[in-house]
Amino acid sequence: MKTPHQKMPVRDAKERIKNFSSVALGFTEEQSVLEAKRCLQCKKPVCIEGCPVEIDIPKFIKEISEKKFLEAIKTIKEKNNLPAICGRVCPQETQCELKCILGKKNEPVAIGSLERFVADYEIAPPSFIPTEPTSADVKLYGGASEKGHFRTKVAVVGSGPAGLTCAGDLARMGYSVTVFESLHMPGGVLVYGIPEFRLPKGIVHREIDYVKSLGVEIKCNMVIGKVKSLKELFQSNYEAIFIGTGAGLPQFLNVPGENLCGIYSANEFLTRVNLMKAYLFPEYDTPVKIGKRVAVLGGGNVAMDSARVALRLGAEESIIVYRRTEKELPARREEVENAKEEGIKFHLLTAPVKFIGDEKNNVTGMECIKMELGEPDESGRRRPVPIPDSNFVFNLDTVVIAIGQSPNPLIPKSTKELKLAKKGNVIVDEGGRTSMEGVFAGGDISTGAATVIEAMGAGKIAARSIDEYLKVNRR
Amino acid sequence: MFKILEKQTVAEKINRFVIEVKDIALKALPGQFVIFRVDEKGERIPITISDADKENGTITVFVQEVGKTTEKLGLLKKGDFLRDVAGPLGVPTDIENFGTAVCVAGGVGTAEIYPIARELKRVGNKTINIVGARSKNHLILADEMKKISDELYITTDDGSYPSGRKGFVSDVLKEIMEKTKIDIVFAVGPVIMMKVISEITKDKKIKTIVSLNPIMVDGTGMCGCCRVSVGGTPKFTCVDGPDFDAHQVDWNELILRLKTFNDKERISLEEFHKCRII
Repeated sequence: MKTPHQKMPVRDAKERIKNFSSVALGFTEEQSVLEAKRCLQCKKPVCIEGCPVEIDIPKFIKEISEKKFLEAIKTIKEKNNLPAICGRVCPQETQCELKCILGKKNEPVAIGSLERFVADYEIAPPSFIPTEPTSADVKLYGGASEKGHFRTKVAVVGSGPAGLTCAGDLARMGYSVTVFESLHMPGGVLVYGIPEFRLPKGIVHREIDYVKSLGVEIKCNMVIGKVKSLKELFQSNYEAIFIGTGAGLPQFLNVPGENLCGIYSANEFLTRVNLMKAYLFPEYDTPVKIGKRVAVLGGGNVAMDSARVALRLGAEESIIVYRRTEKELPARREEVENAKEEGIKFHLLTAPVKFIGDEKNNVTGMECIKMELGEPDESGRRRPVPIPDSNFVFNLDTVVIAIGQSPNPLIPKSTKELKLAKKGNVIVDEGGRTSMEGVFAGGDISTGAATVIEAMGAGKIAARSIDEYLKVNRR
Repeated sequence: MFKILEKQTVAEKINRFVIEVKDIALKALPGQFVIFRVDEKGERIPITISDADKENGTITVFVQEVGKTTEKLGLLKKGDFLRDVAGPLGVPTDIENFGTAVCVAGGVGTAEIYPIARELKRVGNKTINIVGARSKNHLILADEMKKISDELYITTDDGSYPSGRKGFVSDVLKEIMEKTKIDIVFAVGPVIMMKVISEITKDKKIKTIVSLNPIMVDGTGMCGCCRVSVGGTPKFTCVDGPDFDAHQVDWNELILRLKTFNDKERISLEEFHKCRII
């Protein structure tokens, strides 16, 4: 008899919108084994092609089916330093699971849920055995340390997914790695951007501790580009630098009234809530103000997160306003479904033209115009075109602008040698090399806003390039 | 963790701190600021660097107690630690020999104008400085300012400072403008003071630079909370400023945006006072 596809248990929508606890609860041990047994163990596994960090997926799934959970997590960690995070936030449906042969006719193997299960299994009892880095870990990449550059120093700027991956991989190769983080806490978008109910911060800290256990040093409160330039890092005997400073610069709409009180960038809104824990105000000092009716502008994962955060902060109504149709929503399907279940209303083919405020400068309304889809634009999606005289007004008291982020300008601005693309992205080749010798980059700083796992993939590639560069350099 | 090497209460509700933070001290320039956090549950607050000692690796800041965080900071003593200090942030003040430069400061803004005025003097400007405070008990750095000024005027709202005068800094500026050719004005202080100064100099077309103080979160260009309209364009104070051409700033918008979290800040402070009584 065929084993049925296992479904991830989730908390009831009515209950979960009352707090910030995890929405998806994770597979049980039994479910994981059942799901793992569905895997066909293909001779030529195409799922691996879909994984930016090249995890040996069939191997770890086989280990799960044999209940060798700790071996399974070891298999994953050979390639991925942050499995509990990836198991939660990777868009598997467009990566490994999209490639899965089973998915052609039925549901693909729930690879992401299985990754999450073993990562959590390792972290928490029943049989808690922490994974210390072993000499085997260090030798994974062919034992660079044996070739005599064990104490070569590498600087990694930014402790988000790209930086942590690059740092972890370099440490395993035997390099002495220091990560410089500008905020007071490491993790980048994993701590300031993604909310607790989707990615518990305890999990993030735990994974960062694992990267530290590989020998990586993390220095917080270090705003590179201000407190030290890249040149000064080289002068401090760092022989290579990886820039993973992300897409930190929020985009605004540039429509009238955008500076009214009650209008946040998604970065501000989410940073206040996630990093600064404004949802626990006044126990925590940072406030956030939430109205009764909240509109979130945009259709990506950040927009879904913002709308769902707004509900949990007590908004009576939280709506998504997006200028294309549901089909074009860039957010993961799962996140759109989660948002809908929680009662978020979608106003599609709608774009804001101006914000309306009261005498105290508080936002009270948003004038919008209806759109229709025209010819495809450069992104291949059909361009939204305004319908004349279709303007109408939403009454609201809070707005979150989640229409995208640009690369963080702090390092590009202070480093003239770095070649930049039009939008300020640091230009890199396929190996993550920038125009400046010894300087590498990856993640959102070079691609513009993308996903956690793509940033991790870029960090991994850059780590290899750095290793190659330093070996040649040393000769 | 960052050690407090010195702490004095220098005026009513104004504390001076010398903080050990070597990397920042080496780089800090006039006009730049740091973001600090007092403790694990604390908020991120921007404070202008008043002085930096490269040799000893320290910075000096003056903080006025206006809310929970600044009161919490005021309770710390020499030898205590701040959880986080990051910087130096913002673009340094553009300083050159302009000719005759007037620096106008109000309240704790004096601590922020001090390094600017000192540098203006060092590069050869004639420096006329005007410092205002509510009363003599609110006045800071009067002696230090005297040393670096060609002319120094001190005003108090109540006339309580003996060798100063009763009134506002704007009154003095107007008088100076009557008799002296001024090449540039720098103004740092309460937003309403900066607005008034800006209005006075705008008519006479005297270039005026202000250091703005909007609400910030990260201070590194990431959140956009500190956006201000300058010449009709949104600017991020943390990375594009904090110095801006006063005549281009939308003052009313800034004043109203500063009030965004007033009610929350009140709750925070009330809770804090309750806790301290218990």
